[in-house]
Amino acid sequence: MASMRDIQRRKSSIQSTGQITKAMKLVSTVKLQKAKSRAEHTRPYSDAMYATVSEMLSKSSNIDHPYLRKGSSDKKAVIVITSNRGLAGGYNTNITKLLTNGSIPKEEIQVYAIGRKGKEILARRGYEIHADYSDVINEPMYQDAKEIGKTVLEAFTNGEIGEIYLAYTSFKNTVSHEPKLIKLLPIEVEERKETTERQVPMNYEPDEEEVLDVIIPKYVCSLIYGGLIESVASENGARMQAMDSATSNAEEMIADLSLKYNRARQGSITQELTEIIAGANAIN
Amino acid sequence: MAELFQLQIISPNRIFYDGQVSMVEMNTGEGEIGVYARHLPVTTTLEPGIVKIHEESGIREAAVHAGFVVILQDKVTLMAEVAEWPEEIDVNRAEEARIRAERRLNAHEPNLDVARAELALRRSLTRIELSKHR
Repeated sequence: MASMRDIQRRKSSIQSTGQITKAMKLVSTVKLQKAKSRAEHTRPYSDAMYATVSEMLSKSSNIDHPYLRKGSSDKKAVIVITSNRGLAGGYNTNITKLLTNGSIPKEEIQVYAIGRKGKEILARRGYEIHADYSDVINEPMYQDAKEIGKTVLEAFTNGEIGEIYLAYTSFKNTVSHEPKLIKLLPIEVEERKETTERQVPMNYEPDEEEVLDVIIPKYVCSLIYGGLIESVASENGARMQAMDSATSNAEEMIADLSLKYNRARQGSITQELTEIIAGANAIN
Repeated sequence: MAELFQLQIISPNRIFYDGQVSMVEMNTGEGEIGVYARHLPVTTTLEPGIVKIHEESGIREAAVHAGFVVILQDKVTLMAEVAEWPEEIDVNRAEEARIRAERRLNAHEPNLDVARAELALRRSLTRIELSKHR
């Protein structure tokens, strides 16, 4: 049986860990509330953008536009959104698993990393890290998404990459987040949803191609921005859950150790008593 | 009274405006246009400029930079990357941006991104103009 001092030492160490995880849980709860309301404000824009683009493409299926064709290069750009900090349960590994267990061969992937953790994991696995925007995830702004979008689109139009993907964690609600890998470009024909037919056909000014030239980059940027905002919300949700279970585990261990400590204390008292009584008996 | 239709101005951070209006004026890639209800369906691009929202109670103005607009018969949706009310504009900052952009354009540097500098200039001018209307 462990000595009383050992148990006491272990108990106080777990107690301080529990305090830290509890504080972290509170912090991420507050951050989650903020990130959640931001995500809710962003959604109308992304939804409207998606609706517009898919409707445009479903109406005009015979457009031939560079953004709708697969590029000649085999390289695929993957924008990977993770966090800069750990202690968020499986949040970061779930995202990197999308790539490591995914169907895209490692040699063809160029990683555009947003978030230090994901970058580190992928670099260790031997993926090509093409660019790193890890500072963005702390406070994502639309401007950031625009810059990243511009960089990948340039690489796409220059023929350096043939396809663009986005790996992010979609935020459904506080407890459920889902890692997702979506294709940004080329926009796939099969995925175009047939929306309800409107009687009047849509006109484009000056013409379809020029409007697509403007809208598709914005579409890509809005998806990246949406991905950033939802990932931040998911990160804080994941951390909150991880810290919550860590705190309750710590409490459980403390209860267990308290019981052991009390038992050990009782044992030593009993032993002392027996010794004293035995000593007194010997004198008599 | 002109017929009303729904106008939505959506920016990445919020639904900027959502209401019933009789007319909306805006600056598109093809020039300034005004849209009434039952307009022909058109999708077009937006240039930096002032959007005039004709509500029943009066006219409201907002600065909109970059984006596109989807006009349907009973609904107009403006997808704006940046949208601001007059009272949200920082005049000093806009003035500074205007001076910076003008300097850049006048400097004639060899690898100057003219289109970008011009866009910055137009954005700042839009802001300055709108801020006079408040």
